[in-house]
Amino acid sequence: MSELERHSYDVVVIGAGGAGLRAAVEAREAGLRVAIICKSLFGKAHTVMAEGGVAASMGNVNSSDNWQVHFRDTMRGGKFLNHWRMAELHAKEAPDRVWELETWGALFDRTKEGKISQRNFGGHEYPRLAHVGDRTGLELIRTMQQKIVALQQEDARNHGDAESHIKVFAELTITEILKEGGKVSGAYGYWRETGNEVLFEAPAVVLATGGIGKTFKVTSNSWEGTGDGHALALKAGGHLVDMEFVQFHPTGMVWPPSVRGLLVTESVRGDGGVLTNSEGKRFMFDYIPEVFKDKYADNEAEADRWYGDQTNNRRPPELLPRDEVARAINSEVKAGRGSPHGGVFLDVSKRLPADVIKKKLPSMWHQFKELADVDITETAMEVGPTCHYVMGGIEVEPDTAAAVGVPGLFAAGEVAGGMHGSNRLGGNSLSDLLVFGRRAGAGAAAYIKASGKNPVSEASVRGASERLNAPFTRVGGENPYTIHQELQQTSNDLVGIIRTGKELEEAIVKLAQLRSRVSTAKAEGGRAFNPGFHLAIDLDNMLLVSECIARSALQREESRGGHTRDDFPAMNPEWRQVNSISAWNGKSVDVIQQKLPSLPKELFDLFELDELKKYLTPAEITSVKGGA
Amino acid sequence: MSAAEKMVKLRIWRGDAKDGALQDVEVEANEGEVVLDVIHRVQATQMSDLAVRWNCKAGKCGSCSMEINGKPRLACMTRMNMFEEGETITVTPLRAFPVIRDLVTDVSFNYKKAMEIPAFAGPTDLKPGEYRMQQVDVERSQEFRKCIECFLCQDTCHVIRDHEENKKSFAGPRFFIRIAELDMHPLDTLRNRKKTAQEEHGLGMCNITKCCTEVCPEHIRITDNAIIPMKERVVDEKYDPIRWLGSKIRKREGIN
Ligand SMILES: Cc1cc2nc3c(=O)[nH]c(=O)nc-3n(C[C@H](O)[C@H](O)[C@H](O)COP(=O)(O)OP(=O)(O)OC[C@H]3O[C@@H](n4cnc5c(N)ncnc54)[C@H](O)[C@@H]3O)c2cc1C
Ligand code: SF4
Ligand code: SF4
Ligand code: FES
Repeated sequence: MSELERHSYDVVVIGAGGAGLRAAVEAREAGLRVAIICKSLFGKAHTVMAEGGVAASMGNVNSSDNWQVHFRDTMRGGKFLNHWRMAELHAKEAPDRVWELETWGALFDRTKEGKISQRNFGGHEYPRLAHVGDRTGLELIRTMQQKIVALQQEDARNHGDAESHIKVFAELTITEILKEGGKVSGAYGYWRETGNEVLFEAPAVVLATGGIGKTFKVTSNSWEGTGDGHALALKAGGHLVDMEFVQFHPTGMVWPPSVRGLLVTESVRGDGGVLTNSEGKRFMFDYIPEVFKDKYADNEAEADRWYGDQTNNRRPPELLPRDEVARAINSEVKAGRGSPHGGVFLDVSKRLPADVIKKKLPSMWHQFKELADVDITETAMEVGPTCHYVMGGIEVEPDTAAAVGVPGLFAAGEVAGGMHGSNRLGGNSLSDLLVFGRRAGAGAAAYIKASGKNPVSEASVRGASERLNAPFTRVGGENPYTIHQELQQTSNDLVGIIRTGKELEEAIVKLAQLRSRVSTAKAEGGRAFNPGFHLAIDLDNMLLVSECIARSALQREESRGGHTRDDFPAMNPEWRQVNSISAWNGKSVDVIQQKLPSLPKELFDLFELDELKKYLTPAEITSVKGGA
Repeated sequence: MSAAEKMVKLRIWRGDAKDGALQDVEVEANEGEVVLDVIHRVQATQMSDLAVRWNCKAGKCGSCSMEINGKPRLACMTRMNMFEEGETITVTPLRAFPVIRDLVTDVSFNYKKAMEIPAFAGPTDLKPGEYRMQQVDVERSQEFRKCIECFLCQDTCHVIRDHEENKKSFAGPRFFIRIAELDMHPLDTLRNRKKTAQEEHGLGMCNITKCCTEVCPEHIRITDNAIIPMKERVVDEKYDPIRWLGSKIRKREGIN
């Protein structure tokens, strides 16, 4: 083989979604040389699909909003399993991160006063989501992509080379994080186009690889969501926190089959859409959990008044946090009150005039018109739960986004864990990407100033290369597509929206079998742009992630947020005190429980005591109150 | 209702930069599927190394651009039921860009052009959070920011489709709307965007055939809302100083 392609940078950012791009901007502005690596073309990352908006308590629509309210909503949404410090930083910094995008050229929808408009979303007390119609993710990614181009233009002027400080390596997959002396030294991967291998030497690596949706059969995620970053971190010695928490978005398309899982944005409900069953009943009123009774309307008249007057009415139950709505839909379908294709009905046609629907929800209108022959201004949509987001992820230090246990490794965005606890609120991901993307870039910059270079050894390179080439050298193996389909089916059936101990045990056995089959999965054909080979590599990551999910889910004997156990249907304050930590022992995944850091007094005091009593044990409450 | 299966005929271009040919395949198709679904089934069952780009499968990312029966389209938004029963569907890579392999082309031309357009230049006297803009004033630019960079408009534009030599001096419709977007941004401070569009980015080579508008999956009115207004105003500014002055004076008097 020809000479190995080598690059040397200060920071390598893996991922060009919102988190990766924001990290890259920060690192470059700190004067570092940055490589941005992504599996797709630049500007195509999964963030592009985000629709509803980015949550930030700017208070443009309701001036009562502020970071404390946002913090409270986030903790409630996550059922208090969130890392409080992440939720605090997030709520405090999100407005600045959104305003900053405007100075880079973003054009959000406006209020009458000319400020950034904000819309309602599930779990947010006030209208809080800055948005551009229903294509907010596109605006976010394009703005940052263009910011990076702007920085490159500046570098061209100052250094005569546009790529002197930021270079994008698109359509390149990283397969390994390299370490020397216990610290990060670089990353190894291959060009998707040619299959040729590439070495990046860098003392700091930021993982911003997004989610894991492709381990499930019905998902809103694109092919990129194969949990690569989760697996890379595990193999590098990092930990994953709370992997049992997977968000099933309540409203994915259910028909036709080829688009099953595709997202129907929550804005449909935020803007007035209602959920009904086959009997025409607005069933969400039957599913308001005790902890939310004082915040959600228990009758249609009040719920409908809320759209016009939010001060004197409680919110419609369609806007409960996602886990609640997804479970409710699941129950209606199971009870035989579903729609013809196994979902329920979501209707805006009777609620808003056709032109308003087209103006407020343009991409939804197109999506249904073009992919399902349904005109949503005339007919109800059929929707059902779809795997959407993973709350679990790499355990990080909140302030620096440094991965716990791996010096030089940083993580931000969906791949990082802790911020959202057991359930993420809509709009809180895009803001998370910005807040912690920036912090990861800054964290990496500070780390490098203190630590300096860390050369990669030839032995590491050889090892990484061998592992990468395995799919070509295997004999007589299986088609990776078949294994992938079985994995997706297993996740959907056994680790899905409602779980039982028995099924989770079955899943673990099944995953081990799949793993041994993957070790013989052979890639056919040559190295150039070979999707069979790519899938063989990705499968390994997906299996590892699935194992973390199944094992963590088996241990957690309660139901909370994105984890529902049929055999342990209640939420249990004892379980709120621990995170599930997954680690890789070289052969399989170990899961242990680790104590959650407790809420400091000043944040504790933001809540009513009566509310805290629903989540915290009496002992915890006394210890915080007494310990002040 | 069950997802009725039937067999469909596909003719797929396979090859690389050096050499290639159309190959015929027959594959199952189910109700409601799009061309990309069927290509994926070919990949999973018959040609595991068939190269095709895609990402969102929802018409949002602009990755799956190709030519279907000779027309530039997104494969994920092209329904199988738009073809005649028994019709052979021909899929080929974008013609305006060099082939890498099979249906994947080298679109780096577009990223180079993006680099040539001066970035947004915001006002220096406003801090973050102080921007005030009316919805009506941002809407024009917002239309152009819907662009998903599928580059179908670039592919179809005859100025570069069969004229490699024009690529150097022609940014293409995707980047005309980028310039228009910045030009119409209420707070952009850079002057002369229209003039440089004409003089440096090849706006003058466009003869308003409107082919770009026709293929745009986002239904952006590239010609009517971006190219023509820019051309008109370039003409104003270039050749009609009196009228230009007139508009300034009217503005000052608050009549405009
Ligand atoms: C349909 C949809 C709608 C959504 N709407 C909203 C919303 O309205 N509001 C909200 O807050 N959130 C929303 N979300 C969630 C949110 O969009 C995602 O959580 C978020 O975009 C993730 O961003 P990220 O930067 O972490 O990663 P991504 O945007 O997923 O990017 C990951 C990047 O990592 C790269 N990568 C991955 N693995 C590798 C590897 N091995 N080597 C090299 N590169 C790699 C990928 O190529 C990609 O560039 C939505 C999600 C979906 C699916
Ligand atoms: S209108 Fe102009 S830019 Fe558009 S396709 Fe025709 S020549 Fe090209
Ligand atoms: S303007 Fe339309 S056709 Fe051209 S790249 Fe953008 S979305 Fe595609
Ligand atoms: S795959 Fe994203 S536009 Fe077709």
